[in-house]
Amino acid sequence: MNVGTAGSSFEASASFHPHGTVDNLFVFCREKPLGALAAILLLVLVLAATFADTLATHDPIRTDAEHTLARPDRAHWFGTDNLGRDIYSRIIYGARISLAVGIASTLLGAVFGGIIGVISGYFGGWLDLMTQRIMDILQGLPLLVLALVMAAALGPSIGNVIVAISVPIIPRAQRVIRGSVIAIREFAYIEAARALGVGNLRIAFRHVLPNTIGPFIVLMTAQFGGAILVEAALSFLGLGIPEPYPSWGRMLSVSAAEFAQKAPWLVLFPGIAISLVVFASNLLGDAVRDKLDPRLRGA
Amino acid sequence: MHVYLLQRVVTAFLTLFGMSVVIFVLLRLAPGNIVDILFASAGFVNPAAKQEIARELGLDQPIPVQYGRWLRDIARGELGKSYRYDIPAWQVIKPRIPVTLELAILALLIAVLLGVPVGVLSAIRQDTVTDYLLRTLSLAGLSMPSFWLGMVIILFLVSYFGWIPSMTYVSPFEDFKAHILQFLFPALAVGYRSSALIMRITRSSMLDVLREDYIRTAWAKGQREWIVVFGHALSNATLPVITVIGIEFAFMIGGLVVTETVFNLPGVARYLVDAILWRDYPVVQNLVMFMAIVVLIANLTVDLLYGWLDPRIRYQVR
Repeated sequence: MNVGTAGSSFEASASFHPHGTVDNLFVFCREKPLGALAAILLLVLVLAATFADTLATHDPIRTDAEHTLARPDRAHWFGTDNLGRDIYSRIIYGARISLAVGIASTLLGAVFGGIIGVISGYFGGWLDLMTQRIMDILQGLPLLVLALVMAAALGPSIGNVIVAISVPIIPRAQRVIRGSVIAIREFAYIEAARALGVGNLRIAFRHVLPNTIGPFIVLMTAQFGGAILVEAALSFLGLGIPEPYPSWGRMLSVSAAEFAQKAPWLVLFPGIAISLVVFASNLLGDAVRDKLDPRLRGA
Repeated sequence: MHVYLLQRVVTAFLTLFGMSVVIFVLLRLAPGNIVDILFASAGFVNPAAKQEIARELGLDQPIPVQYGRWLRDIARGELGKSYRYDIPAWQVIKPRIPVTLELAILALLIAVLLGVPVGVLSAIRQDTVTDYLLRTLSLAGLSMPSFWLGMVIILFLVSYFGWIPSMTYVSPFEDFKAHILQFLFPALAVGYRSSALIMRITRSSMLDVLREDYIRTAWAKGQREWIVVFGHALSNATLPVITVIGIEFAFMIGGLVVTETVFNLPGVARYLVDAILWRDYPVVQNLVMFMAIVVLIANLTVDLLYGWLDPRIRYQVR
């Protein structure tokens, strides 16, 4: 697999404006309009999730026996489900769950895998060999299958779903970070630090780790969309987010398929929400990768 | 080459062994076993009867002993007994394999037939409207949950054609046309996602190759476009594409799990979910092992194909 190297992240920082964050943001927006658009879309979703209490028109959990499967109208913008719950409000509140689970599991998997990657890449030798074999084991299992087994083993709760989704991310993160650490390890400034008598652990975490930030960000944005998709699939299969939390994946599962003919909005809106978030994060991921790691452009 | 092959096979076996430990331990961590579930649905608990069943199923033994028995059974070619159906697990899995296999092959076929030409087209029309359109379409494929795509396909078929693909399995020997139609749409739902990935890799790999000197030479001597693109460039751009097909295979099995559920196909992948919900340990662990082996064989095949396609790799290996 192709991995980012320190060299490319240096190039990237050179192409950035030297005047600070605002200028850099401006440059990014001009060079990558689609990526900027995606970032704005994700920001809007984060805001929607944050202010769900004021944005939602109904209680997302309250059932209403008199208005089941209502068509989208002025009262219920996206219609209601088979229990009379307002779909628009459930999607707004569902954004909280999906984004929180997506961000938390990506971060957990990437940080954990990253630390393992720094250690195995920096120290090499038998430690590296052992780690690689263990990562092979984790990566050999289909992502969703591993998450499924994990979710079943841990039992249904939000925390457990986050762990279940993060575990398959670990080997992917480890591989990327290890690759860039191996490249950084050979640089002269590392040799200089060693000559000064700096300890191995300090070199690994103080001097090598900060320089893997480029590949790390690329990795995070790339895995985020995947994490949201896995959460949706788990919840769809009934092994993800438990009741009563409104989750996009579960909105599609329970009865959506049954009532789809009578009330297609039950199926359409949650699916569009999932696809939109993943689409935006993929778009942003592509733009960020082009920016931080030009060698992987378009791959 | 033989050393390389041997090395790969040995590593594969070690990986499989590690996987078996991981799967086994994970499933033993699960709260509640089949006995609890059976008794919960029966509504009363007779501790003696419960212990009796646990003993019969070997659940009272220490975990290492249970693991040892499982390995012994695998070595003997026995895959244990399904708790739920009270028949050997292999008998439950076997009739489901052709369904999943057919779906996977069909989906892969769709993915390659769609992904490669679209990727080539996108590369030779780089930065044109066509290119942007195709790339957006492929990114959309990567963004949609395949189970949702399946649901939308069914919804579309019903509302516009008033036709639903059969929700019970149709054997190809009974009604070939209905059988193909039944498999075509789920394969499309799974294949679209994979085609998106294949398209992206094909495009970037083609872009690299198209900048090579020998391609310029081919243009310069007035070679026809389709010969340059497909004859000279594509044949050298296939290597990364093959890798991604190998990687995508593992992803596809995940896609099959949900798609078989949506389309109600009696395949292996869908049965995994049922078995997990039932804590039917022998079936779950054997199914996951089975999938791990399939993925491993796919990866091994890709590696060997690689060596065969690219002599540089063949002679380079340590």
